[in-house]
This record gives sequence, C-alpha cells and structure tokens, in this order.
Amino acid sequence: MRAAAIGKTFTMAETHSLQDLQQPAVSSKVFVQRDYSSGTISKFQTKFPSELESRLDKQQFEETIQTLNNLYAEAEKLGAESYLEGCLACLTAYTIFLCMETHYEKVLKKIARYIKDQNEKIYAPRGLLLTDPIERGLRVVEITIFEDRSIGSGR
Amino acid sequence: MTSCEYQQIDPQALPTPTPAPPPHHGNDRDKREEPKRPRRKWQVFPGKNRFYCDGRIMVARQSGVLPLTLGLIVITSGLFFIFDCPFLVKHLTSCIPVIGGGLFVFVVITLLQTSLTDPGILPRATPDEAADIEKQIDNTGNASYRPPPRTKEVLINQQVVKLKYCFSCKMFRPPRTSHCSLCDNCVERFDHHCPWVGNCVGKRNYRFFYTFIVSLSFLTAFIFGCVTTHLALRAQGGKGLVFALQESPGSAVELVICFFSVWSILGLSGFHTYLVASNLTTNEDIKGSWSGKSGEGVTNPYSHKNIFINCCSVLCAPMPPSLIDRRGFLPTDESVQTAGAGIGLAAKSEINVGTKGLLESAALPALLSTSCPQMKPQTAYTCPDSSPAVNSDPSPQLSTSCGARHTASSQGDTSPPRHTKTRSKKRKLAALNIPNPSFDVPVSPTSPDAGPSSKARGSFTPLH
Repeated sequence: MRAAAIGKTFTMAETHSLQDLQQPAVSSKVFVQRDYSSGTISKFQTKFPSELESRLDKQQFEETIQTLNNLYAEAEKLGAESYLEGCLACLTAYTIFLCMETHYEKVLKKIARYIKDQNEKIYAPRGLLLTDPIERGLRVVEITIFEDRSIGSGR
Repeated sequence: MTSCEYQQIDPQALPTPTPAPPPHHGNDRDKREEPKRPRRKWQVFPGKNRFYCDGRIMVARQSGVLPLTLGLIVITSGLFFIFDCPFLVKHLTSCIPVIGGGLFVFVVITLLQTSLTDPGILPRATPDEAADIEKQIDNTGNASYRPPPRTKEVLINQQVVKLKYCFSCKMFRPPRTSHCSLCDNCVERFDHHCPWVGNCVGKRNYRFFYTFIVSLSFLTAFIFGCVTTHLALRAQGGKGLVFALQESPGSAVELVICFFSVWSILGLSGFHTYLVASNLTTNEDIKGSWSGKSGEGVTNPYSHKNIFINCCSVLCAPMPPSLIDRRGFLPTDESVQTAGAGIGLAAKSEINVGTKGLLESAALPALLSTSCPQMKPQTAYTCPDSSPAVNSDPSPQLSTSCGARHTASSQGDTSPPRHTKTRSKKRKLAALNIPNPSFDVPVSPTSPDAGPSSKARGSFTPLH
C-alpha cells in the first residue's frame, strides 16, 4: 500500500508541481485507548503502538502518556480541596459553577498547554500530531501520522 | 477546482492553530445556502436534544413532565405562602416563610440545573476512530444481517467488567456508560432518564438531582407539617376540621398534594442515599450487576469500601467538564457539507487546519498537496484538509440509519407512563426508560460506513 502510494505520489508530483504548497498529507491515525484497570478515572494506555515505531522512541511516548495520566489524575483527585469546593457549591445550590472556573477546567488548560508544548518540541518535528483528548470526548489520544515525503525516507 | 485553491490558501491565512476559523465565502457548492457566520457545534448535534440561548442551555427532546413538576412545586408553594404563612406568622413564628422561601428557591434552582445541564453525554466516535475499532473487531457476519453484539472485557480492580459496543455512537462504551434511547446519547455514569426532570441523570448532574430530591423532600415535609399545624390550630376550640378547611381552601389542595408526594419523594431520597453511600447507579441496582446474583465474589469495583468516601466521590468530586463542546464553532466548509455528521468531524478538520500552521512553523520538508476537497462519493480520496468530506460520505447513510433508529425507538417508547403520585419503587421503574442496548433495532449501520471509512483510511489514491 505504501509503495503504491509513493509510486502515485511521483505521478502527482509531476502533475501538481504548481500546487506544491508544503501541505502535509495525512497518512494514518493511531488511537491510544483508555485504560480502565483502575476504574472510570481518565487514564490512557501506555502500550506503545507499532505504527509509531519508525518515528518515535518508546520512552518519549510513554513519558507523554504518563504525564497526561498524571495531569488527569490531578484534575479528578478527591482531596480536601475538592471536598471543600463541592460542599461550598452545594450550599449555594451549585450556582457558583456559573461564575467560577472549576478545578478540573484549570487543569484542562494546563493539559492543553502541555500538549501544545509536546507537539512543538517532539511530535511535529517527526511528522506527528497529538490531538487533545478533550476534543475526542476523553475517549482516545489521537496521533496523526503525516506522510513524510522527504527523499530517502522510504517507508 | 476553485475550492481546491481556497483550501490551499486558507490554512496559510491562519497564523495559529486555534479552532476558530474566520468565516470565508469560498465554497462554491451550496453557496447560497451557506450561513453568513460560522455555525456552532450544537446545531449539528446528532442526539435528540434541544438547545437554547445559542447552546448554553440544553434539554432532552421530550421534556417529559417537567412542566408538571415545576407547576406542582410552584403552585403548592404559592398556596402555602398565600394561605398558611399569614396565619402561622401571626400564631407561631415568622421564621416559617423564611425557611419555606429558602427551601423553595433551593428546590427550583436545583431542578432547573438538573434539567438544563449536560448529564455527561459522550460525543460520538469520529469516523476514523470508528474505522479503527472496526478493524480490531473480527467481523464474522456478512453485510446483510447485524453481527452479534460486540463486547470487550476489561479488568477493573480485579473484577471482570464487560464493555458493550454502541452501534449508534460507534464506540465501546466506557464502564458505567449507557445509551439512552430517549435522548439517543451515550451518557457517562448513567443513572436513569427521569421524566419528571425531563433529562437523563448521569455523571455531571447526579449531584444536582440528589440535592433536588433531598431538598424537595424537606420542602414537602415542611409544607405538610405547616399545613397540618395550621389546620389543627384553626380547628381548635371544637370548630372541627371541615370548618378549618372551609376557611382555608388552599390548604386542602396542599394537603392532598403533599400527602401523596411526601412518601414517594422521601422513599426516592432514601433510595438514592443508599445508592450514593454504596457508589451504585440506579441502572446497576436494577440490573443487579454487583449484587452477587451472577456468581460469588462479585463486588462493586467502583466502591471505595467506605461510606464517607463514596458519598464524597459522588457528590463532592471535581465537576467534570462537558465533553460535547456545544458552543464551539464548526469550520465553514464543514457546516456546508456535513449537515448531520456530528462533532468529531469538525474537530478533526480544525486539527488538520491547525496542523498546517504547526508543521509549517516546524519547517518540515516540502510535502505535496494531493487532492481537492470536492469529492465524489464513489471515488475514494484522502485529502489533508478535506478528509472530513470523504468521511462525510457515510453521514447521509448514518443519519438515515440513525433516523430509522430514532423512529423505531421513539415508537417503542411512546408513552413513558404519565402517572400520578405513586409509590417510589414503581416510579423508579417507570422512570427508567432504560437505556436499551442500541442493537435491538433492526438497522445495520455497519455496512454503509464500513466501506467508505475503510477506503478513506486505507487508500491514498491521488485525485487525478
């Protein structure tokens, strides 16, 4: 399939040379599923997908996922702070949720910054893109693999 | 071909990969129908919900008996303030209307929050995700009949839990998630669909629901007590109950309403207090998932084994965010091409658009643009910024199959029993228009979308 794709690419290169505007083409997507072994908390599997073997170190991938898991655990942590927030909210008939940013939302922003950072530093240079799980309903971490057309990369 | 040029130009016009596309009028298809401003995601939401205030407020399509619930509460409280409070303030204490007023406000606010909040709806899987899951499942059936229900087993805290595949949402449901056929959505930590409240009760609004029924039982008991005291005081001196009722007819109405409702509401509160303390949902309790009927050693894997921690984790946990992003914008080309496609496509094309900005800034080697976004359904292309268009091909079929399911399930569930005040157990059972597994309706969604989706994923055929 890939050989055919590359073969056809050369045909396209001849036909579409004028339209060469450095736009990456999506080759495939990898979905890292949720890990439910500890219950319903947001946690993703750290198993390294085989499709990324040629692009990324196992170590880096695991570190990214583990950090994401830790951040989500921080967002959903049951501690004194969350209990206080919950009790206060209950007393005000939960109307404070309309005015205040919840703890979870604050951590989600942190997660978005982390993913952007990871994309810029590690994933984009390798032709990959992490999608924030919140855009997929916290079901999967979607990693888009862009086809690398550089000569000699032959995959 | 003109749209091809627009697609190539557009991403360069976006300096940052933010998901708020500027409205542009480039698409030549359906140009006259295209709205002038970008549409929001709630406008293409696939579930059976209605949205107000530009997506800020959402309700289930069938509001059930919510107007009745609200009406009863308002009328009873109104009668209380008009008929009973003046007498009781004069003869007892002026705290009574204050307490009554506070409880009333609390009840109404929590009721509205339960009805108008997203209960924890899971957005449907994007076509890419759905295709990925399909690949991982052995499809032994042929296209002409529905394959057997798919399940996946996971181990949660040493307990085997079966995850079912949802045919509407095209994904394996997370644990404790159920698909509500009335709302046509998968809801996380699904408790039940409550017709009194006109919404599903799930992860995000369970605490509102619990607070509502507890405060309502306090309110009902309080009004009942006050009315009884009022009538007793009036009937003193040998005047008799009939005389008292004639003097204060409103109290008679209140007495009847409160008498019948206090038992069922108190019962419901007690039942839900038990559920909260053992970290169960109504759904699990009714089905007996963890009661040990199916075997020994079956315990609730989600329970923290401590009543206090269970209560806190259900009622005081951090408020989870809404996953459906109803007020987010759809990119303009999305809103034209995919009328019923759902949110995932929009997000995906936003990411594609954003990707270009990111990758350009990372200075990748020159990559060719391969095709135009204008696709014919028969040919399978994959295009960087219009793979949504390819993936949107199944959407007309999806929406028809979903539409068929809607009709079938709505016919099946036509009358959630509109009952008067009954015993709490009966009400609970009646209120449970339970989340039928979506595969009881004879529609096969797998065949229409398996084809194009796999084509979209697998091939990379150029345009010309």
